[in-house]
Amino acid sequence: MLTFILRRLAIAIPTLLVLIVLSFGLMHFAPGNPFMGEKHLPAEVMRNIFARYGLDKPLWQQLGEYVWNIVTRFDFGPSFVYKDRSVTDIIKQGFPVTFTYGLWSFVAAAGIGIPLGVIAAVRQNSWADYVAVGVGIGAQVVPNFVLAPILVLIFTLWLHWLPGGGWNDGKWNYVLLPVVALATTYVANIARLMRSSMLEVLHSNYIRTARAKGLPGYQVVLKHALKPALLPVISYLGPVFVGMITGSVVVDVFFSTGGIGQWFVNSALNRDYSTLLGVTVLLGALTVAGNLAVDVLYAWIDPKIRY
Amino acid sequence: MATETARVAGVVDDDETLESGGRGRSLWSDALHRFMRNKAAVASVVVLILIVVFTFVGPFFSQWSIERIDWSILGMVADQGGPSIDTGHFFGADELGRDLYSRVIQGTQISLAVGVLGAAVAVVIGTLYGAIAGYFGGRLDSAMMRFVDIFYSIPYLFILILMLLIFGRSFVVLFMGIGLISWLGMSRVVRGQTLTLKNREFVEAAIATGVRPLAIVFRHIVPNLLGIVVVYATLLIPEIILLESFISFLGLGIQEPNTSLGALISDGAQTMQYGELWQIGFPLAFFVVILFSFFFAGDGLRDALDPKDR
Repeated sequence: MLTFILRRLAIAIPTLLVLIVLSFGLMHFAPGNPFMGEKHLPAEVMRNIFARYGLDKPLWQQLGEYVWNIVTRFDFGPSFVYKDRSVTDIIKQGFPVTFTYGLWSFVAAAGIGIPLGVIAAVRQNSWADYVAVGVGIGAQVVPNFVLAPILVLIFTLWLHWLPGGGWNDGKWNYVLLPVVALATTYVANIARLMRSSMLEVLHSNYIRTARAKGLPGYQVVLKHALKPALLPVISYLGPVFVGMITGSVVVDVFFSTGGIGQWFVNSALNRDYSTLLGVTVLLGALTVAGNLAVDVLYAWIDPKIRY
Repeated sequence: MATETARVAGVVDDDETLESGGRGRSLWSDALHRFMRNKAAVASVVVLILIVVFTFVGPFFSQWSIERIDWSILGMVADQGGPSIDTGHFFGADELGRDLYSRVIQGTQISLAVGVLGAAVAVVIGTLYGAIAGYFGGRLDSAMMRFVDIFYSIPYLFILILMLLIFGRSFVVLFMGIGLISWLGMSRVVRGQTLTLKNREFVEAAIATGVRPLAIVFRHIVPNLLGIVVVYATLLIPEIILLESFISFLGLGIQEPNTSLGALISDGAQTMQYGELWQIGFPLAFFVVILFSFFFAGDGLRDALDPKDR
């Protein structure tokens, strides 16, 4: 197990480094700089500004200091556009919002998707099965950025039940639509995966044995079939996690939650390179960590996996 | 039982050979036969062809360009900008008074083109990379695949957005950027298939007759990978279209006045509160139909070409 984790880390850490170097490099090859405005600044002033932001040092030294500050002090440096706050402030402000509904979406995706898939498999060709299969196909072509406007159209503009944006400190009615928009695709995909793997397990020999012994149906399903059938779903949790992180960008923007994704897009449009870099590095690190956690979880549950 | 099946199979084979004029059935004609039996897949291909034809023929009927503003309805788009034959705005007008019919056609073209070209880049790079890594194996293979592992786990969406900001939000950057990351998955699939192919007799025969290794890869391995590559590419196209629309939806994709389906959906989503539902309805309908068709066609192709998966 330990060697597995170490081997997996041997991929995760280079991934993170490549991500940081790549995004850092891209930023610095960008034409122009954030201080070039309408007015032309004298060269002297420009030099002072560069010194203030540490842009006058060699590139590798900037990179080294950048990584060092993040690792030791969780300091992502100053924002290039917002003079009164640092990138760390922006992250501290935006991240809890995204994290809140991201977590709920993750819980909803697994908490609804798995039971739905199990029921669909156990009661094959029942209405529950048709719902699971139907939603599964629909979710493939209705991504979150299409679902979000449709939800707002129905629940905000037509029914006036829920607010169509804002955050309001995470009151439940503000959180609900973002969660539904983010989670639906994954509810459907998890249900689909769960259904097919459950069907496969239910047709295996040892399940037939369990039934032949006269075990009650629910016990066969919950005690014997569920655990092996869960494996493909668990391996899919990694992509779910990544999808939630990228999807949160759309949800943040569309619902104006003030979450981290909204900062990402705004800083992309404002060319606030330091914020952009900080958010990219943070979300990238989360993605890598999430994938790592899922892989370790998978190896822990399924002893056959050793690579 | 076994002999009976064999006899029946033999008879069927004889009949079919007779009917098709004595020609053997190749993998591809077999696959075509299987594909044609899948009604959903065939219908999807027909729909896709119709949409492509529409994007080329449609502009001849349009009375407005993608950028021309219809001043007569500006500011009254909600009341007078709806779909109508009389004004020439068959799909209505957008918030700025531009013709949605032309814009949807252009958006569809760009979304499709990004998808197809991105997948094409992925096919070329991914196939060569995967085939070489798989065929030569050993250290080269582990080094090449480790590289893929590392890049595969990077959240490329953010890198792609960075590239668009830095190299300009143009069509070329968009499809190059997407192609450059989407070949990773392809290379894994291809490598896996190559590993099973390289121990087959025809490769052994090629080695025995002294064919050079690279020639084996190009002449013997790659042609046999075509089936799986085609399937994977067809399923890759809708994913790329989704990715491109995602970026356009955020307003970071292709630049105005050019547009894509994602950008049109995003614009439409902002104005639906004024009741201008055609602005989101038409691009959304095209988007959903295109994605549905690609998924069904891809599924059909997989069933037809990948006998293991049935």
